[in-house]
Amino acid sequence: MSYDAIIIGAGLSGLAAGIRLAYFDKSVCILERHTTIGGLNSFYRLRGRNHDVGLHAMTNYAAPGTRTGPLSKLLRQLRLRWEDFSLSPQIESRVVFPGKTLRFNNEFAFFEQQVADQFPAQIDNFRRLTQRIDAFDELNLDQNEKALTARQVLGEHLGDPLLIDMLLCPLMFYGSATARDMDFNQFVIMFKSIFREGFARPFQGVRLILKNVVRKYKSLGGELRLRAGVKRIVTDGQHATGVVLEDGTELQAKQILTSAGYVETMQLLDNPPTDDTVPRDALQPGDVTFVETISVLDRMPADLGHSDTIVFYNDCPDFHYENPADPCDIRSGIICSPNNFQYPQPLTDGAIRITALANNRHWMQLTEDAYVAEKRRWYDRMVESAVRFMPDFRPHVIETDVFTPRTIRKFTGHVNGCVYGAPKKHLSGRTHLDNLFICGTDQGFLGIVGSMLSGISMANLHVLKQS
Amino acid sequence: MAPGEIRHAILDILSRIVPDEDLSNLNDSVPFRDQMELDSMDFLDIVMELRKRYRIQIPEEDYPNLISMQGTVSYLTPLMKDIPARA
Ligand SMILES: Cc1cc2nc3c(=O)[nH]c(=O)nc-3n(C[C@H](O)[C@H](O)[C@H](O)COP(=O)(O)OP(=O)(O)OC[C@H]3O[C@@H](n4cnc5c(N)ncnc54)[C@H](O)[C@@H]3O)c2cc1C
Repeated sequence: MSYDAIIIGAGLSGLAAGIRLAYFDKSVCILERHTTIGGLNSFYRLRGRNHDVGLHAMTNYAAPGTRTGPLSKLLRQLRLRWEDFSLSPQIESRVVFPGKTLRFNNEFAFFEQQVADQFPAQIDNFRRLTQRIDAFDELNLDQNEKALTARQVLGEHLGDPLLIDMLLCPLMFYGSATARDMDFNQFVIMFKSIFREGFARPFQGVRLILKNVVRKYKSLGGELRLRAGVKRIVTDGQHATGVVLEDGTELQAKQILTSAGYVETMQLLDNPPTDDTVPRDALQPGDVTFVETISVLDRMPADLGHSDTIVFYNDCPDFHYENPADPCDIRSGIICSPNNFQYPQPLTDGAIRITALANNRHWMQLTEDAYVAEKRRWYDRMVESAVRFMPDFRPHVIETDVFTPRTIRKFTGHVNGCVYGAPKKHLSGRTHLDNLFICGTDQGFLGIVGSMLSGISMANLHVLKQS
Repeated sequence: MAPGEIRHAILDILSRIVPDEDLSNLNDSVPFRDQMELDSMDFLDIVMELRKRYRIQIPEEDYPNLISMQGTVSYLTPLMKDIPARA
């Protein structure tokens, strides 16, 4: 078989790229190793209940009918309607550090007032920082490589290290592939998507989005093959000619878009890159990843007095965003309640999800028995730490699940089970082969909205514009 | 297609690309960008939709002709004169 384009991975970036190509009459095939779509943001059923794998919240909220911004751009490009995502906005979220709390919702003015109340000496500086952020064109794909880091720019503007860490905490948790600091470009993307635009969730969770996206793709004639892992990318000099699947099937394509990750994709090449073709730092896999606990409750979180959508907490003045020495870093974390969005009607079950930084090597090397025991042990420790920042829900837990870097690696193939991929991003999507392009996580736009925009822009730039 | 039909076809394409814009008061002589939120991605889509629907290839150097409805219709009139209007 021969296609105009093959897309590796039926995650959100691959599906979005697929819609663009199929819509404009390209013959396109998405190859997915797993038995289901969604990649890092999928869903599953466990003991009769539906769970989302990733989704805490979608970022970049905009009210239906909004004419600008990433969400509106994404819907336009995919020819989807606002109802296809049917987003309910968050209630309110907070960042909690010792002695200080910053609340935010989807109105930026409210957040700005919080900064003014909590850090009165810094508010003018914060406003100047905001102006700089607003003026920055984070979607320019041709930026020079030696970009500024977020801590450099924050340090130039803000005189209070606590405020700097409180701003970085949610933005790093939700979108930094690098430890300790992040690219200023990535910081701007995350700042706008979380503080400027804000959180929302479909009542039905990520399955609604996946369902509508895959339906669109198929209705346009796009082909999707599940259980179709790519074992090898066949090359011929400067060119990729096709792929070989795990079952031996050979497929040809004029262009290949890959969402498998940069490092992971290089490992698929039949002719691996040498030091001259690919800089060594690009082959460094990511190191930052998480463990997440899910607790289903016998009542709604609001019945326990917890109405926050998301709480980002840190129990010491410095925020340590890095691969921890312990199996999990319980000093900081994220508490998310899928119930606490402004839905038209309540969800069936109350639930609390808690996420903490995790040491990927530890989780990978455990034996199966030790792994099960360790999941139980860290469930308890993570929850115990989190209830310092919310009402103690432990007496009301009726069901639990835990997933780890090992889960992420198993289902998505990302090295080290890294949620945000490798530290080095490839904004232009180009590789050393002239028809192989990176989309999704390692192109650099992260999250649900980001990965879809990534798939769209790579399909536009490298396939549609060229033909 | 006659110029009036071409205008109609362009409106139809715009309503697909920018469904949240009100196109009823479009001024034909004013650039699209001054009347609605239309970025370079959307602009590419006008060209792509014309190709998809009417098999018209527009070379990149001709894109400036497409900045307003008036410019677009006069640019397309010779190219589309033999194309039947869609039902
Ligand atoms: C726990 C968790 C929580 C998250 N929470 C949020 C959130 O609240 N909000 C938000 O916006 N984002 C969240 N994210 C991030 C978001 O899910 C990702 O950024 C996004 O889904 C990435 O999409 P992608 O298409 O780039 O990559 P992926 O989803 O990783 O897609 C890649 C696909 O490629 C497939 N693949 C890999 N190798 C091969 C191969 N050789 N052959 C065939 N197929 C292959 C994989 O199976 C996978 O399906 C979360 C992620 C996780 C893991």
